[in-house]
Amino acid sequence: MPTDEIVLEAIDICKQFPGVRANDHVNLSLHKGEILALLGENGAGKSTLMNIIYGLYHADSGAIKVKGREVTFVSPREAIHSGIGMVHQHFQLIPVMSVADNVVLGEEVTRGVLLDQTEAARRVRELSQQYNLAVEPGAIIEELPVGMQQRVEIIKALYRDAEILILDEPTAVLTPQEVEDLFKIMRDLSDRGVSIIFITHKLKEVLAVAHRIVVMRGGQVVGSALPAESTPESLAALMVGREVLLRVHKEAARPKDVVLEVANLSAHDDRQHPALRKVSFEVRSGEVLGVAGVQGNGQTELVEVLTGLRHGDSGQVRINGKDLTNASPRAVTSASCGHVPEDRQRFGLVGDYTVSENLVLNSYFEPPYAAPPSWRTLPLVAVLFAVPAIAIFAALAALWGEIQRLVVWPLVLSLFGITDVEAASRDAMKGPYLIELVETVVVALVLGYVAARLAFWLVNWVSKRGPAAGQTPRAGLVFNHTAVDAHASGLVAEYDIRTPSVETPGGSLSGGNQQKLVVAREFGRRPRLLIAAQPTRGIDVGSIEFIHQQIVAQRDAGAAVLLVSAELDEIMALSDRIVVMYKGEIVATVDAGAVTREQLGLLMAGAHAEDVLRSRPAASAA
Amino acid sequence: MLSTVMVEAAARSRRTIWMTLIGVVLAVVAAFAAATAVGPETVVAVINASIRGAIPIALGAMSGIFSERSGVVNIGIEGMMLMAAYVGFMINVGLSYGSVPAALQAEPVRLGLSIAGGVLVGGLMGLLHALLTVRFRVDHIISGTVINTLALGLTGYLYLPGATTGGRLPPAVTSPLTPDAGLFYWVGEIVLEKGLITYLTVLLIIVFTIALFRTAWGLRTRAIGEHPRAADTLGINVHRLQYLNLFFSGCVAGLGGVFLTLEAVGTFERGMTNGRGFIALAVMIFGKWHPLGAAAGALLFGFATALQGQLQFFNIKIPHQFVGMLPYLLTVIVLAGFVGRARPPAHSGKPYDVE
Ligand SMILES: Nc1ncnc2c1ncn2[C@@H]1O[C@H](COP(=O)(O)OP(=O)(O)O)[C@@H](O)[C@H]1O
Ligand SMILES: [Mg+2]
Repeated sequence: MPTDEIVLEAIDICKQFPGVRANDHVNLSLHKGEILALLGENGAGKSTLMNIIYGLYHADSGAIKVKGREVTFVSPREAIHSGIGMVHQHFQLIPVMSVADNVVLGEEVTRGVLLDQTEAARRVRELSQQYNLAVEPGAIIEELPVGMQQRVEIIKALYRDAEILILDEPTAVLTPQEVEDLFKIMRDLSDRGVSIIFITHKLKEVLAVAHRIVVMRGGQVVGSALPAESTPESLAALMVGREVLLRVHKEAARPKDVVLEVANLSAHDDRQHPALRKVSFEVRSGEVLGVAGVQGNGQTELVEVLTGLRHGDSGQVRINGKDLTNASPRAVTSASCGHVPEDRQRFGLVGDYTVSENLVLNSYFEPPYAAPPSWRTLPLVAVLFAVPAIAIFAALAALWGEIQRLVVWPLVLSLFGITDVEAASRDAMKGPYLIELVETVVVALVLGYVAARLAFWLVNWVSKRGPAAGQTPRAGLVFNHTAVDAHASGLVAEYDIRTPSVETPGGSLSGGNQQKLVVAREFGRRPRLLIAAQPTRGIDVGSIEFIHQQIVAQRDAGAAVLLVSAELDEIMALSDRIVVMYKGEIVATVDAGAVTREQLGLLMAGAHAEDVLRSRPAASAA
Repeated sequence: MLSTVMVEAAARSRRTIWMTLIGVVLAVVAAFAAATAVGPETVVAVINASIRGAIPIALGAMSGIFSERSGVVNIGIEGMMLMAAYVGFMINVGLSYGSVPAALQAEPVRLGLSIAGGVLVGGLMGLLHALLTVRFRVDHIISGTVINTLALGLTGYLYLPGATTGGRLPPAVTSPLTPDAGLFYWVGEIVLEKGLITYLTVLLIIVFTIALFRTAWGLRTRAIGEHPRAADTLGINVHRLQYLNLFFSGCVAGLGGVFLTLEAVGTFERGMTNGRGFIALAVMIFGKWHPLGAAAGALLFGFATALQGQLQFFNIKIPHQFVGMLPYLLTVIVLAGFVGRARPPAHSGKPYDVE
């Protein structure tokens, strides 16, 4: 519970990064036992401010006071000693080490020179009991679910006697259930007098758990509010600086023919455990099918099998009537399927490639991006043809020589009763060369022609993979930068991707803009089938609004959309029909209008569909 | 689910222990069998040659573990060894001159200073590697290559043909046993009668294993090799620890180098490390970045080298070039086939920027 005592004050903090003013005269104060929500879009400067408070960055100007005393932190070490603990946006845990090792690292318990691992484990267990943070000290981090890993992070801070706890976007990676657990832990800590700064850009969470809300935008604090006096709309407007549509507007769906048909699909996950068990469903043109479920119930594997990234064990996948079970990703793409992958850093884009290159990752081999050679590039292409041609020629010539030696000459000579071919050929060497010369020329011409045709065919075959047969302009071998850049400029404008230029590396964009880039690439082709996995994970409200509108627009333009999301709100807002996945199975299929949030939550937690859906929504929705 | 994970881990480590035990038993049985076939002299000679071959490789591998565990790839071990071998040898040569005071010429002082000098030079090379990779963010492979080239060039240029010394390291303990003692005599021939550096190496392997896995220094070192950022957020000075560990790494490589010139061979030749620094890296991977595993790998390699030497004595109709390939071939096979999924420290070879 918050008290009047101020434990932390940031006064007039400024921090300049090359080209960005990340913190611009920021003031912030934190009371003892308070949960202070720091709300702001991506890039608002929240993490920067926290890193300054934690001693990881140094402010250009301004001051920090802990319990009224001014402090300067050279490194996190001093911040830790002042009772500040921080759980970073990206967990700072060592995956291969145990929980206890991670907790004590840097503040080890020793007996003599040796680590006292029993004592370390005991202290971890003690802390986890004291604060209801159930976790096993001996467990290896990488084998724990993210929710547990987060607890380890919190224990790390508490182990160092943190009285001020900074949680930087702790919920971004959590399932709804884990978020609930985290909130309970936070309230518990606050009751024990721990002060918490909770960073997020999710409005519902702020209203659920915060005692006070401070909003940042563009490096500045733009306002503060109390949860009781705020609505999601008012907070969103403060955060984005304009009115934001939190609920997408959409007409009723008008589903037409079936585009995606999945029948009895089964698959294993990376650890060879069954991940999908006989999953069947279909998605029609003009509808959004939402796949709800707590993360790790097979959704990831489902999308991977559909898009050719994982091998299914049994079952069938048909897209537009074509059997594409275990087809290659290229084949799936060519069947007019767009895919927004859940892990955009790993599967969505190539960080080192430019924005324009990233925007043609799914079509670079098609015209006009892959163009026939121009006069300038011709020499290069000639070399490309020459290499296989010469190789084929040499191989054919060698083959012909062997055939002569082994078959032709023995045969011919045997007609004349000569059996010692070696001797005969030695004799022949003394004879006139004319015949040999003629033969060489003829053979060279014949083989040369065959080799050239083969090489031509080979190169063409390689370069023409991609666009389906009968598609218009011929693809070529040359990457057409002009066309690629023009394409990129169009999409950047249409999808409002904030980037300095199309030549900027994709990886340097902010999360929201990276996602818009992926969406632009996949949606820009107007695919018949759209598979969007966690399309708005970890991005800001403005970008979420935009991507949601785009998904609805695609649906209205006749695409079949398969939407996989761990965010119930997103599923509820966008889907026309919803399937719920639990332990690799589809446990319920419902119309979006006929189910409540609570019912979905129960289904996701494994409750039986009959039990949950028997009580008609009318009862609870009334 | 948690408990199954831990049971699996326990089973894995128990299996490793059993495998090791079985391996040791098999080796002893094989040694006895061989002894009855070719006589104990040959077997003991092969074992001693194995140990002699293993020491510099083991030290090189320790050096590699020191640096890779702290996140720095070190292919400069070869150069560090060579440089230390040269310097150690030259100090020995210098202190053996007639004009040097007798106190310095006395064997323990002369050889002690030679070893210390070589090791220190190795350490300085390690610091150079740290300076290049940590401070100036040079690619680790390039920096290592620079060090190798530097060492090869410098020692080759400064090499004095025909330099003589007052002798190399004598056995640190002499065996009191006579052949009458039977088995004990042979065991004594293996366990005793070795130079100082051999015993130091065994000690180092044990101490290093304990230090790496049971001390705060070890925990921090492993942490910065896996996830330096995490260590940084806990107030650990990543770069300082990297400098320190690379100094150690160089010192240990240096010890491997002086082993060659001060204990095993006694003289210096151009390029005398002969790829041992690279074999050591392979052995390090074979040992999965664990000192004990690396030591086992070094012994295996030493054994292959010794066997190769013996085979060349016998009149086997295999060209000696092929017999000479044996240890290297073994390295390839072991690395390709038996190591399985070796996982290097996650952040090894990448620069780390403190904000
Ligand atoms: N180390 C850095 N170097 C350069 N720019 C940075 C660095 N860290 C953050 N920034 C920039 O500062 C701004 C604020 O970033 P950040 O504090 O991470 O925002 P938030 O956490 O609110 O999403 C962004 O424009 C970001 O690109
Ligand atoms: Mg942030």
